[in-house]
Amino acid sequence: MMKKLVILFLSLSILTSPLARGALEIVITEGIDTARPIAVVPFRWKGEGPAPGDISNVVAADLMRSGKFNPIPAAAMPQMPSASGEVDYAAWAGMGVEAIVVGTVEEYSVDRYTIKFEVIDVLRGQITGGGSQMLREGELVASNDHILDARSSVVTSSQFRQYSHRISDVVYEELTGEPGAFMTRIAYVTVNYNDDKPYQLMVADYDGYGERVLLRSNQPLMSPSWSPDGNKLAYVSFENKTAEIFVQDIYTTRRDKITSFPGINGNPVWSPDGKRLAMVLSKDGNPELYIMTLANQQLQRVTNNRAIDTEPSWTPDGKSLIFTSERGGRPQLYSVNLQSGSVRRLTFEGEQNLGGTVMPSGDQFVLVNRTRGNYHIAKQDYPSGAMQVLTQTSLDESPSLAPNGSMIIYSTTHNGKQVLALVSVDGRFKARLPAREGEVKSPSWSPYLR
Amino acid sequence: MNLNKFLKGLAIALPIVTLAACSSNQQTDSGAGTQETNQQQQQDSGVDVGAAERTMSPEEQRQEKYDELRKEHMIYFAFDESRIASEYAELLAAHADYLVKNPSVDVVIEGHADERGTPEYNIALGERRAKAVTEYLRNLGVSSSQLSTVSYGEEKPLVRASNESAYAKNRRAVLVY
Repeated sequence: MMKKLVILFLSLSILTSPLARGALEIVITEGIDTARPIAVVPFRWKGEGPAPGDISNVVAADLMRSGKFNPIPAAAMPQMPSASGEVDYAAWAGMGVEAIVVGTVEEYSVDRYTIKFEVIDVLRGQITGGGSQMLREGELVASNDHILDARSSVVTSSQFRQYSHRISDVVYEELTGEPGAFMTRIAYVTVNYNDDKPYQLMVADYDGYGERVLLRSNQPLMSPSWSPDGNKLAYVSFENKTAEIFVQDIYTTRRDKITSFPGINGNPVWSPDGKRLAMVLSKDGNPELYIMTLANQQLQRVTNNRAIDTEPSWTPDGKSLIFTSERGGRPQLYSVNLQSGSVRRLTFEGEQNLGGTVMPSGDQFVLVNRTRGNYHIAKQDYPSGAMQVLTQTSLDESPSLAPNGSMIIYSTTHNGKQVLALVSVDGRFKARLPAREGEVKSPSWSPYLR
Repeated sequence: MNLNKFLKGLAIALPIVTLAACSSNQQTDSGAGTQETNQQQQQDSGVDVGAAERTMSPEEQRQEKYDELRKEHMIYFAFDESRIASEYAELLAAHADYLVKNPSVDVVIEGHADERGTPEYNIALGERRAKAVTEYLRNLGVSSSQLSTVSYGEEKPLVRASNESAYAKNRRAVLVY
């Protein structure tokens, strides 16, 4: 019943883009057949020679990767309009296409280009013939209510990818009512045992482009976590042969050691207000949750239990943590209210439940569920409700949510290697981001980067 | 309580140690020897050593046995377990004996896990394994100041594969001098 639709795309742009070195190639493995058909018409280049960048392919890939849209290929398009006035609504509606994106690219000055685009509701346009009118101050004027959005910006050629993601955000929000998360990044750890410094902390656009090395080490790196302003990463480094928590500014390379207690210094997670770090320390005997106030480095102990307590995640209101604990015998998820200290068990299904993350909406959480020895990504209503398993891949772990809560990036094992994978929160859309060499793990999705 | 257990264990183990010396040496050889000639040489030298053993005092014999045992630095664990299996009693006794006699020597005990389970949980599990070993050594009289731990969780697998035999090798504590 699961239709396996394997679509390779982006491979052409990976070959031609100079930014693509080390980029992650996304393979969609499931779910595009249930998505809404739309069209991103190639933007018309109004200049001489080759076009300075390919906006429409980036936008189409973004929208496809959201799992909600199925952009039709350019070859299947009935026409190539560049503005709403040129659109043959019946032709598009006849194909079942709900919405189209059209636009133009024009030279503004040296290496500066004017990009115009429109998001058009095909069905509304067909009804009104693109000539809908409304009364304004007693006069009948064109309302153009089939044009959902129309914008114009001047950008340099180096900003084309970024602006393309901006267009994707606009289209996504117009068509779903939720903000898009295409202008975001992921941080992750790569391990290549052939290198003298095998462990690398990386950051890339969410689609794998623009990959940069933030840190190389000959000892393991773990648990990258974004500050809410998107400027810093907290992570764990073993560079001094012991676990220590660092905070690094991703733009200035400034790096501060935050903790170096005896034992575990692990799993730093920024509070929603950016002022505190939840973390795991074992300095007092065994792994417990602590919260450090960054301004004065003061520690507040949150748990006090002889069993393992680990994997803190903040609720969006910053008033509770959910965490993994072995206090019931096997690892299960619990929540702790930071004011009252009251603890409540959240999960009961399967042999183990670990690695919980509360969704931005605060009414659900994603987790790693172990059932019959298999580790899969699942979600559950918060604070209580039924669990739904979302993935069928192997050894799934480290789920991280897009800031709009629509997608989960996680670590899985494919052909004996650790790779990253995507699954939509409804579980329908699945994709894989295989690395060319080495292992890729510990993905962490950034907040909105505006 | 643990010390008592150990002393009882030692009383039983000591005679077995001397008896088992030959056969356990062979076990190590068969594991490491890959070439016919190599194995032959080791077996020959084994016969020579056997002749010399008769002249050693029990204490010397024990020391030799311990020196041999201390070449092994790994203790393996069952899935999701941090309990030290009884088969490692001699190995750890040998390390403890050395550390007690050499109080200036420090050892770091690394804890490791297989790749199943989340990385953060495995860090906790690795620490529990490392601490089980430290606790065991402390109970044999090793000073706490000589012992420290670090957990690498699933980050430093000994065998990089996703199968049961690789997992069994990766669930380990390592004594690093």
